[in-house]
Amino acid sequence: MGAEARPARPAVRAAARVGRRGLTRRERRAAAVAYAFLTPALVLLGVFTFYPVLFGTALALFDYDVISPPRFVGLAHFRAMAEDRYFWIALGNSVKFLLVVPVLQGLSIALAVTVNKPVRGIRWFRAAYYLPVVTSMVAVGLMWRWLLEQDGVVNWLLLSIGALARPVAWLGDPDLALYAVMFVTLWKGLGFYMVIYLVGLQAISPEVEEAAVVDGATRWQVFRRVTLPLLRPSILLASTISAMAALKVFEEVYVMTGGGPMFRTYTMFYYIFDRGFQQLDMGYAAALAVVLAGAILALSAVNFRIFREGGWTYH
Amino acid sequence: MGLAVRYAGLAALAAFAIFPLLWLLSIALRATGSVFGFPPQLVPWPVSAAHFVTVWQTMPLPRFFANTVLLCGAAVALNVVLCAMAAYPLARIEFPGRKLVAALLLSTLMLPGHVGMIVNFVTLLRLGLVDTYAGVLLPGAVSVFGIFLLRQAFLTVPAELEDAARIDGASEWGIWWRVMLPVIAPALAALALFEFVAVWNSFLWPLIVLKTPEKYPLAVGLLYLSGLFAHNTRAVAAGAVLMTIPIVVVFLFTQRYFLRGLTVGAVR
Repeated sequence: MGAEARPARPAVRAAARVGRRGLTRRERRAAAVAYAFLTPALVLLGVFTFYPVLFGTALALFDYDVISPPRFVGLAHFRAMAEDRYFWIALGNSVKFLLVVPVLQGLSIALAVTVNKPVRGIRWFRAAYYLPVVTSMVAVGLMWRWLLEQDGVVNWLLLSIGALARPVAWLGDPDLALYAVMFVTLWKGLGFYMVIYLVGLQAISPEVEEAAVVDGATRWQVFRRVTLPLLRPSILLASTISAMAALKVFEEVYVMTGGGPMFRTYTMFYYIFDRGFQQLDMGYAAALAVVLAGAILALSAVNFRIFREGGWTYH
Repeated sequence: MGLAVRYAGLAALAAFAIFPLLWLLSIALRATGSVFGFPPQLVPWPVSAAHFVTVWQTMPLPRFFANTVLLCGAAVALNVVLCAMAAYPLARIEFPGRKLVAALLLSTLMLPGHVGMIVNFVTLLRLGLVDTYAGVLLPGAVSVFGIFLLRQAFLTVPAELEDAARIDGASEWGIWWRVMLPVIAPALAALALFEFVAVWNSFLWPLIVLKTPEKYPLAVGLLYLSGLFAHNTRAVAAGAVLMTIPIVVVFLFTQRYFLRGLTVGAVR
C-alpha cells in the first residue's frame, strides 16, 4: 500500500516545501479541508473500532455484568480459563476447524485453474460457483441442516452410490458434527477464494508458462514449478483470510448445531457469544476475546513467515 | 482434453454449487409429502405456491422484509457517503498527518474484527442504543475496506478535471460532489453492492442488538421463525427462498463486480 505513491497536486506540494517549520496558510487550509472530510469516518471508527481494542483489553481485567459497576479482578479471568473445561473444548474445536483451510485453499486453486481457461459460457459457470458466497448463512445453514438429516438427501445419495452402508446423522453424531459443519464452510467459501486465485492467475503472464512448456515440462510440472510459486501472494492473502475466519467460526455453528451435540461443535467465538451476550459475563467474555485475538494474530504472523520466507521454495 | 469432458466437469461442479439451493426451492414449491425419506422427491410435483402464501400471511415476513430493506438502504447510503468523504483527502490532498491516518486505517484491516463486539455492545448500552436501528448501523457505518477501495478510484481521476473545476471557482465540496463522485461512480456502485449483500445477509450483530422481534431483519427473523415453526419445514423453506431471491437477482445482474476480485486490489 502506498499513501505516498501518487504525487499530490503540484501547487499544494510546492507550498509544503516552503513551510517546513510551522504550517503555511495553504497547508493549514489543506489540513482543514482534509480533516473536514475525514472527521465523520474517524469519529465512528474511533468509537466503534479503535476504542474497543483498547477498552476490550482493559475490560478483560474486570468483572462486569452490565448492571453493577465493573470490579477490578486483575488476571483472575485468565487464571480461571486454565481450569475452565468449556474454554479448552471451545479452543480445541476452533483449532481443529483450521483443518478446513488447506483443503479449502487446495480446492479453490484447482477450481480457479479450471475456470481460468476461457471457454464459451465460462462466465456463467463462475457465477454459479460464486452463488453460495452471496447466499445468506441462515438460508445455507437451514438447507444443509435438512440435507444432512439422517433421512436426508446426502445420505440417500451416498447410500445409492454405495459409499455408505447405513444412513448417518451427520450433525447429530458427536464424532462427525464438526466435520459436517466444516464441509458447509467449504461449500460456501469455494467461490470466494476462487475469485482471489483467478485474479492471481490472470496476473501471471502466459509467456512464462509457455516457456516452460517449450522446455519440455509436463502440464503438472508447469503448474507445480511455475504457476504455484507465482501464485504465492494470492495464497498468502487467501489462507490468512481463511485461517482468521476458521478460528472465529460462528454463524454456521449457530444455525446448524447450536454448539452440540455434547459441545462437539462449540467454538471459541460461540463461547464468547454465550458468556458475553447470554450470561452477560462481559469481563470473562472480553478475556476470551483477547485470547482469540492473540491466537488470530499469532497465526497470521506464522502464515506470513511461511509464505514470505521460502518455506515453500521450489529451487 | 475434449471439450465435452470439460463441459461435463464444469456442469458437475455447478451442480455441486447450486443443487442445495435448487433443492430448497423444490421443497418450498411442493404442496405436500414429507421433506425427508428415501428416495427424496427432487422434482416438486404437483407445484404449489401455498407455502409462500402461508409464510407471507401467517408469519410476520412482510414486516421483516421492510425492516431489511430499510436497514440495507441506510447502511449502503451511510457507507458510500462516509467512505467517499474519507477516501477523497487520502487520495487527493497532501495534508499533515496523512500517512499517519492511512497507517491507522490500514492497521484495522489486520485486527481480528468481531472481537470488538463486546465493547461495542457496552457502548450501545451506555448510549441507550440497544434495540434500535442506530445501534445496528453505527458500528458498521464506515468500512475501512470501502475507504481503500474508493481511495484507489480517486487516484485514477485525471488532475486536469480537478484543475479545470478549481479555475471555474468550485469549492472543495463542489469538486468532490460534482467532479469526483461522477467519475468514480463504478467504484461507488461496487461498494454499494458489497455492502448491500453483507447487510442483507448479516444476522449476528442484529441478533445481539435487537431485542424486539418486530424489529428483526429477514436473516434474524427467519432464524426465529425456524424455531417457532420447526414442524412446518416447507413454510420455513419458502421463507428462506423469499429471502434468497432478491440477492440472487441482484448478483446475476451485477456479477462482474463480484467476480473481478476487489479484495485483492483494495488490500494491496
